This record gives sequence, C-alpha cells and structure tokens, in this order.
Amino acid sequence: MLPKNKLWRGLVSVVLAVVSTAALAAWELNMPLGITSISRKTYSLHMTIFWICVVIGVLVYGVLVYSLFAYRKSKGAIPATFTHSTKVEMIWTTIPFVILIVMAIPATQVLTQIYDSSESDLDIMVTGYQWRWQYRYLTATGEEVVFFSNLATPAEQIQNIAAKGENYLLEVDAPMVVPVNKKVRLLLTSADVIHSWWVPDLAVKKDAVPGFVNESWFIAEQPGIYRGQCTELCGKDHGFMPIVVQVMAEADYNNWIADKQKAAAAVAELANQEWSLEQLVAQGQTVYTTFCMACHQQNGQGLPPAFPSLLGSPIATGPIGDHVATVINGRPGTAMSAYGALLSPVDIAAVVTYERNAFGNTMGDMITPVEILQLQAAGE
Amino acid sequence: MAIGHDDHHHGPAKGITRWLYTTNHKDIGSMYLWFSFAMFLLGGTFALVIRAELFQPGLQFVEPSFFNQMTTMHGLVMVFGAVMPAFVGLANWMIPLMIGAPDMALPRMNNWSFWILPFAFAMLSSTLLMDAGGPNFGWTFYAPLSTTYAPSTVTFFIFAIHIMGASSIMGAINIIATIQNLRAPGMTYMKMPMFVWTWLITAYLLIAVMPVLAGVVTMMLFDIHFGTSFFSAAGGGDPVLFQHVFWFFGHPEVYIMILPAFGVVSEIIPTFSRKKLFGYDSMVYATSSIAFLSFIVWAHHMFTTGMPLAGELFFMYATMLIAIPTGVKVFNWITTMFRGSISFETPMLFAIAFVVLFTMGGFTGLMLAIAPADFQYHDTYFVVAHFHYVLVPGAIFSIMAAAYYWLPKWTGNMYDETLGKLHFWLSFVGINVLFFPQHFLGLAGMPRRIPDYALQFADFNMVSSIGAFIFGFSQLLFLFIVVNTVRGGKKATSQVWESAEGLEWTVPSPAPYHTFSTPPSIQ
Repeated sequence: MLPKNKLWRGLVSVVLAVVSTAALAAWELNMPLGITSISRKTYSLHMTIFWICVVIGVLVYGVLVYSLFAYRKSKGAIPATFTHSTKVEMIWTTIPFVILIVMAIPATQVLTQIYDSSESDLDIMVTGYQWRWQYRYLTATGEEVVFFSNLATPAEQIQNIAAKGENYLLEVDAPMVVPVNKKVRLLLTSADVIHSWWVPDLAVKKDAVPGFVNESWFIAEQPGIYRGQCTELCGKDHGFMPIVVQVMAEADYNNWIADKQKAAAAVAELANQEWSLEQLVAQGQTVYTTFCMACHQQNGQGLPPAFPSLLGSPIATGPIGDHVATVINGRPGTAMSAYGALLSPVDIAAVVTYERNAFGNTMGDMITPVEILQLQAAGE
Repeated sequence: MAIGHDDHHHGPAKGITRWLYTTNHKDIGSMYLWFSFAMFLLGGTFALVIRAELFQPGLQFVEPSFFNQMTTMHGLVMVFGAVMPAFVGLANWMIPLMIGAPDMALPRMNNWSFWILPFAFAMLSSTLLMDAGGPNFGWTFYAPLSTTYAPSTVTFFIFAIHIMGASSIMGAINIIATIQNLRAPGMTYMKMPMFVWTWLITAYLLIAVMPVLAGVVTMMLFDIHFGTSFFSAAGGGDPVLFQHVFWFFGHPEVYIMILPAFGVVSEIIPTFSRKKLFGYDSMVYATSSIAFLSFIVWAHHMFTTGMPLAGELFFMYATMLIAIPTGVKVFNWITTMFRGSISFETPMLFAIAFVVLFTMGGFTGLMLAIAPADFQYHDTYFVVAHFHYVLVPGAIFSIMAAAYYWLPKWTGNMYDETLGKLHFWLSFVGINVLFFPQHFLGLAGMPRRIPDYALQFADFNMVSSIGAFIFGFSQLLFLFIVVNTVRGGKKATSQVWESAEGLEWTVPSPAPYHTFSTPPSIQ
C-alpha cells in the first residue's frame, strides 16, 4: 500500500491531466480527441509536442523579455563585449537534438500503426469526384452497394436567403455507414482531380489521387455521426463536398446494408416502369438540383463562358440523342464531366427531360429510362 | 588610371530613360523595392477580398471560382512579386556598399533582370480580366487541376513563371559573381556582414531550384498542349510526380524567402544592442546547415499523398532536424541583446517582433513535422497560420525593418520616428489578430482554400478578417512614411545609427550615385 500523501498526489495529478485535456477538447479551440485509438494517440502526440514548445518558448522568450527590460540604454545599461562561446553553442545544439529524439520515438510508433491497414473487417472504396464523394462497399455477398454522397445544404442557405442550419455545409444526402468496433479499410481514388478525404474524429486524412489507390483504416469505438470535408483544392466547389460517417451497432449496420441492397434492386426495377413527362420532369428537377445546378445555376442560365446557359442552348433544344450523349459522356476539355457513371438510367432520363422542359425551354419531348438503358447497352 | 575627384558631370541621366537603361545598382535596387511595394499592395488587396468573403459564413461578395482566383493570385503575387523582389532590391542596394564594390559584377544583366518582372506580372494579372479568368488552382498549382482541368489562361501563367524564374536566376548569378569577386581587399569570407553571407547562400539555393520550377511548368505545358502524360496515370504518369518536383523547388524556395531576412535581422539587432552579433561563425554554419537541409525535406508537404512508411519517416526526421540550426540562430540573436545596451527605434522594433513571431512560426513548423499529427493539420488553417507567421512577421517584417534601417542611407533623410513606431504597432496588433485565431480554426477542423465554412468556424473567422483590415490599411501609412522620407526630413549623417558597423556607414547619406570607385582597405 503506497504512503497516503504519494497516493493523493498521484491521484490529483491524474485528475488534473484528464480534466485539463478534456476541458481543452470541449472548447473547440483544439483538435478533437476523436473516437478511435489512433485519434487519441494523435491528439496525445499533438499535445506533447505543444507543451514541449510551450516550455521552450517560456524559457527563450523569458530571456528575451528580461533582456529588453534589464539592458535598456535608457536605464543606463553599458554593453558587454563578449562575442562568442563555443561551449554555449555546443550546449544549445545538443539539448534540442535530444529533445527531438524524445519526440521522434512516439511519433514513429504511431505512424507505424497508422500504416498497418491489414486484416480489415470491411473494405470501402472511396472515390472523389468534382464535387462529391462516392462510396462503394466491397461486400462479398448480394447486390453491390454503391452510392454518391452529395452536399444536402440548400442553396438558399448558402446565398443567405434562408437561415443556416446547424450542420451547414457538413450535411449529406447519404452518409457512409460503418459498424462500430470493426476495422474499416478505405481504398481511396479519384475520378478527376486530386481530392482528400478527412474526418477529424477518426484522425483519417488521405489524398484521393486519380489513377492510383491509397489506403487508410480506422476502428470507430463509439456510435454517432462524424463530419469532415474534402481537404485538397479540387476546383470551384472544393468547400462544398463534405463527408458524413455514421457509426452504428453491428446489427443496425447489417440492416442498413440489406436495405441498401434492396433499394439498389428497386432502382434497377424502376427503370422498367412506365414514366410520364410530368413524373420525369419532377424527378429531373431533383437530379438537376443535386448534380447540375452548381454550374448551370438554378435558372438554367449558367455562368458563361465556363458554364453555358441551357435556356435555348443548341444541346437542350436540339436532337435529344445529342443531349443524352452530352450528359452521359460529358465534353472533354471543358468542365462538363461525364455523368453516365454517376446517374442511374432513371435519373439520366429524368434530368434530360427536365432540362428540355424547364427554364423557358418548351421542347415537349421526353426520353424514358428504358431508352437510356438501350442506348447504354449499345455503347453510346 | 586613377580618378581622385567626384564626377559631378557623370551623375544620373534625366527622365524616363534613366530608369529604362540604368545599370546602377542603387537605381535598380530602388526599382525592385518600389515594384515589390506595389506588388505587396496588390497581393494585399487580393487578401482583403478573401478575408471580406470569409468575414461571415455564406457567400456574400464573390463566386467560389473567383475566390479560387484570389487565393491563387494572392500567393503568386506575394511570393514572386513582393517578397522575392524586395530581397533582391535590398541585395542590389546593399551588397556592393557592404563589400566595398563599385557596383554589381554584371550591371547590364542586372537591368534586364529587373525589367522583365513588370512585364511578367502585368501579363499574369491581366488574366483576371480575361473571359476564362485567372489561375484558380492555388499558388502550388497541383496537377491535374492545373493541367487537364485548368482554364485556358494557364499558358500565360506558365509563361509568367518562366520569366520570373529567369529574373531570379540572373539575379542570383549576379549576386554570386559580385560577392565572390568584388570584395574589397582584406574582406575575407568570414569578415563579410551577415546580410552578405545569407544572400550568398540564398543565391546558390536559387540557382539550384529555379530551374526545377522551370522544369515542372514545362512538363505542365507539354501535358496541356503536346499530349504528354507526365502527370496523368492514364498515360503512364503520376499526379504525385508533380508534387515531388514542385516541392523540390518549393521547399528551398521558402528558405530563399527567409534567409535574407535572417541576414537583415543580424545587421539590425547588433546595432541597436550596441554589441557585436553573438556567435558570427556559428551563424554562418547554421545558415549553411539550413540551406543544405532544405534540399532533403520537400515531401513533408506531401505526408497525406500515400508515400511508403520509410519515406514518410525519413522526411519527418529530416524536417525535425531543421529546428536545430534555426533554434541556434534564435539563441544567438537573443544572446546578442542579452547584456547589451538596447534602444527601440523602429528598425529594432520590427527586428524584435521578427525574433518573437518567427519563432512562433517555428514552433508550429515543428508540430507540423510530426507526420501522424500532420494528418490532422495538413491542408487546414493550422498550416495557413504557420506559414503566414514565418512569412509576414517573418520575411515582411524584416523587409520593413531593412527599409527603416537603410532609408536614411538611401535618401539622406531620417524617416518620422513617431509615425514609424505607429506603423509598427498597428502592424504588430493587426497581424496577430489576423493570424493567431487561424491556429484554432485549423485545429477545430477548417480546411484551406474554401470560400464558405461551417458555423463553428464563424467567430474566429470574423476576428481574423478584422485583423486583416487593420493590418492591410496600416500599410498605407508605411507608403506615406516612405514617400515623405524620400521627399525630405531631418538630414541624416553618414553614420546614421550610433553603433552601426559596416562599410555602408562610411559613405555619405544619401549615398552618392557612384561609391567605392576606389576600393577601401579593410583591417
């Protein structure tokens, strides 16, 4: 049994350490502690280096400030005449070197752990697009689960017309859902420019490089919703492609996957149904708002010359086949991406129909999902 | 043939042709300095557009694509138009005076080095008015955003970079040739002023890395126009190759921007402490170590790109090592002041602020070096805070300190000390209000290069923007002070500052058009 005063002192110092770090984390002036073992180790490294710098700063600035007061000419200070000291230079070279070694050891340990993404329980392929993320769950069984995760903040909030919601710019229509306490490996790539996937609470940040696959991993230890953003300049809407990760109990996650698989099957089914012009236009407006409005604007008039107007445009009021081809294949050499991979046949049919019958365009024509499927099968 | 008399009738030519054709290092130095001041105000205006938009969440003033042009142009103009030309201007004015040389070694090349710069920046700035808009891919212009996805004006950007690079290379050659060949007899290397030493080392860095920058923009040019795939995986290339080549230039570049600042501060602190620089030899070795290390740390800008573990660890260790010679320099400056006899004229205020605030940037630099922690800092406002601390109260403050220190020598007039101090305090308060909160923004999760942000970042952004306007408008006071000093003021003596040492203080104020036509003898 430890002597009473030692035990007491030990307890107080532990409580103070925990309280001070917890209090700092709650202010949002600091990095979050996060919900993984790696995020806590990263936080701890960060605070260690920070405090070492504070101590060095106090010493160094202390001597400086003291000198500024004690050796002022206005107070009659007479300057000394010393000009060098090899001994002093050796000391203040060696001590910092030792301090650096002390820092490097835990840093090396944590980095080595971060690099070990082996033996994961679940793999998710994360693809950066301009300007949204796509998640593809690499599950062994059943229908593939793949979906886009788009910014859900309404344009009116960004334009200061409506009041901003609590999760302004950090909300999406479809979060990435993962099970708690399972090792999730992320495989990151990009369809266009370099993006970067970052969620502070998971302490994961990795670049999504076109043509290459990067790896990262995490084990989330607490259910909840965690938000992050793209962290590599990727064009005009770099600030508008957030990340939302929802961590669930394993059973809930399994239900979610099953639901997603059913929905994927339903979307495929939807293409074979009958669609009226009105139904296509209504669906098309939703698609347009999510995928097209950023460039072609709400009124369809774009921001020429980079983003052409769709009102009276030769494409939107020309042959419908060319219009579909432009949406599916994009226009190489311009900002118009290929949306064939991003949109379901229903959505392609819907957005093309909408554009031809909105903004003042009155083509009156439409194209059905079945026709889109046929075009895609024919390789156009 | 000895000439022992003042050549009154060989004074400067009259009119605009004086400036177009001059080969005089003082004239060329002045042109570089005025040009850099104009660029500083232009780059500062871009910054105020950025900070105005970021004053509140939501998009108020500019579209995101124009915002990206502002952040890009702010960086390019400040790095290549303000900081670098200002240091070259100081080099031109002061190196010949400090080593007892009549002029730079290659005076006609000197003229050309300057005059291509206004052309390059006019071309680059004009892209903002073109239909396709200016460069919008960040001053670090990563591919493929700057190649396949760039606006058509990117070609003007590439051409401008080539021209600026040529200017820097020619300037560096001139500086090396001057320092190595034209020192007055008796001035050995280890007797040169620290400003001359830091510029000698900087000039070698420039010659080593500016061609690499030229290489990377040429590879971009070929990818864009001639069907190559340096940075495209589809053709067998790699976007990350761009980052390696760019940062191989980019890291030494940031040392190019700070080493002359170290030199300036090493001139000013001894003067106003009335005590010689502590540890001169050590300062020379430390500067050389920093220069050498600057070549082997570049990938610390790329910790999140997916490098192998061994590479990541190497760059982490090498980057941490730079803290040692840098720390040694800080200790030496402080020991110069310790047990000195200190007065607080405006140059000294800027120099002391440099030591304090550059060191703060050094601390955050050390934090950034720790690779696993960097995963949380990279591409956030924590990095923005770090590099602005080392560049603004670092490089920019040293340039202002140098201006106040040497204006009496250049113009023959003392600047107004009260106004100078006012400029200092407004700038000091302004930059801290502007940049200190950005550390918190980065740690709280705010990414870089975004025109709009989530609500938890609102308060510190508002504070930062207020600081930006204070700092920005204070620089108009600096302009007023400089113009007034050029036009008149209390007459300056040759010595100007009581305990300043060096050959520049042995010539009259203002320095005559031609100085040291006969080399002085050094003890």
